[in-house]
Amino acid sequence: MPADGVIAGTPEAPVLIGSECRRCGVVAFPRQSSCAACTSSDVKERRLGRRGTLWTWTIQCFPPKSPPYAGAAEDFEPYGVGYVELPGELRVEARLTESDPARLRIGMPMELVLIPAPGGNGSATYAFRPLEDA
Amino acid sequence: MSVAVVGVGIHPFGRHDGVTGLEMAAVAARAALRDAGIGWQDVEFAAGGSDAAGNADTTVSVLGLTGVPFINVRNGCATGGSALATAHAMLAAGSAEIALVVGFDKHPPGAFNPLPEDWGLGSWYGETGLMLTTQFFAMKIQRYMADHGVSESTLAKVAAKAFANGARNPNAWRRRRLSEDEVLGSKMVNHPLTQYMFCSPGEGAVALVLAREERARTLARAPVHLRSVAFRTRRFGSFEVFSPSIPIEGAPSPTTEAAAAAFEQAGIGPEDVDVAQLQDTESGAEIMHLAETGLCEHGEQESLVQSGATQCDGRLPVNTDGGCLANGEPIGASGLRQVHEVVLQLRGQAGERQIAGPARVGFTQVYGAPGVSACTVLSR
Repeated sequence: MPADGVIAGTPEAPVLIGSECRRCGVVAFPRQSSCAACTSSDVKERRLGRRGTLWTWTIQCFPPKSPPYAGAAEDFEPYGVGYVELPGELRVEARLTESDPARLRIGMPMELVLIPAPGGNGSATYAFRPLEDA
Repeated sequence: MSVAVVGVGIHPFGRHDGVTGLEMAAVAARAALRDAGIGWQDVEFAAGGSDAAGNADTTVSVLGLTGVPFINVRNGCATGGSALATAHAMLAAGSAEIALVVGFDKHPPGAFNPLPEDWGLGSWYGETGLMLTTQFFAMKIQRYMADHGVSESTLAKVAAKAFANGARNPNAWRRRRLSEDEVLGSKMVNHPLTQYMFCSPGEGAVALVLAREERARTLARAPVHLRSVAFRTRRFGSFEVFSPSIPIEGAPSPTTEAAAAAFEQAGIGPEDVDVAQLQDTESGAEIMHLAETGLCEHGEQESLVQSGATQCDGRLPVNTDGGCLANGEPIGASGLRQVHEVVLQLRGQAGERQIAGPARVGFTQVYGAPGVSACTVLSR
């Protein structure tokens, strides 16, 4: 599961913790100690928006090797992965709650939620869910 | 000052149980020396590397302890390209007359399993199932297909071409032809990419002998001129593997920048290229790299591939030896395999897969994690 400092908010309305460069304004996730765009180290924490649009996606159809994956191969179910564009901020990579390719479409609106983290120890990770049908 | 390739050697790619990576490297090195008509004692500088099969300079204990300065290179997917760039620069600087470059590797079956900590990422990134190179390639081509009108049929045709070329290459791993339908019908790995659209980690070794031009002319073989080698890492904004986020404003990829630099240094344009070897980690990569290197416009690939232009008998033959798809991906060896194939094509020694048109200018491009690319321009 993500370490402290990655997810904030509430279980019903989680938010991702990124950073923003005080010099050039570029937003990053996860939080960085310096700016990859302008090299400044003058950065501050920034809570990212919870809604955006699906920029690209795929379905992970085979169990990832463990390590680093925390889930067990025998429990594996295919899952969606995508980049969601948060307007005016950046594109975040995340698991998707949807794993049916027919129900995913580039440009569809998405919202950040929590899902059980792989490995089944009761912890949570972040994911995006579609806000409408593809 | 210019530099020429005067010898090439290869150990067949594939699976070779009981043969170490270093042994394959020695086989390739001896073949390259033989091809150049020189001995190991004539080599004044060497560079090489592998990602997972040991230190390249250990080959000197097999080839002979001659005191040669040897630089070990370990630079991910650009290992071979970086070793080549190092040797090229040493020769151009006048530090040596003849150099050997060697790249080799030996990986276990299955997808690579990099660890987040090695890439500056939290362990959660891997634990939650995001640390897979295959996902990145799938998501990059998925978006590219939507932006530039590339079809799934074109993805499959790229793979079918690779296996057709591999069938004509005695050093290739995958030597069975596969039809477009077989490629499309194979197991889905990461939408839209199926099993046969992906290369597999494998084994193999390649060595090259380089010489300064005046020395090259005294050697028996017709030299192939190494007109340029350029190597770049990612800029902020380029869409690369293992990125928990990317900025909305894009930037040119390291391939775009390395290719432009290689063409500029060579004084040769992409329109002059007769044969190209491009990184085809999966079918989509070959398609995107065609445009990133300047060999075609974005969106032009659909008609290029569908018309057969990228086949050995087409107007722009690409990955004539079967590429990574048919040869597999021994990380340290891939970049040098591309140069090996271009040298054979420019010499007219590519056998059944010799391109139909004139072979005067060749181009190579290797690319990999976390956003590195090395390109070369070669000419007869």
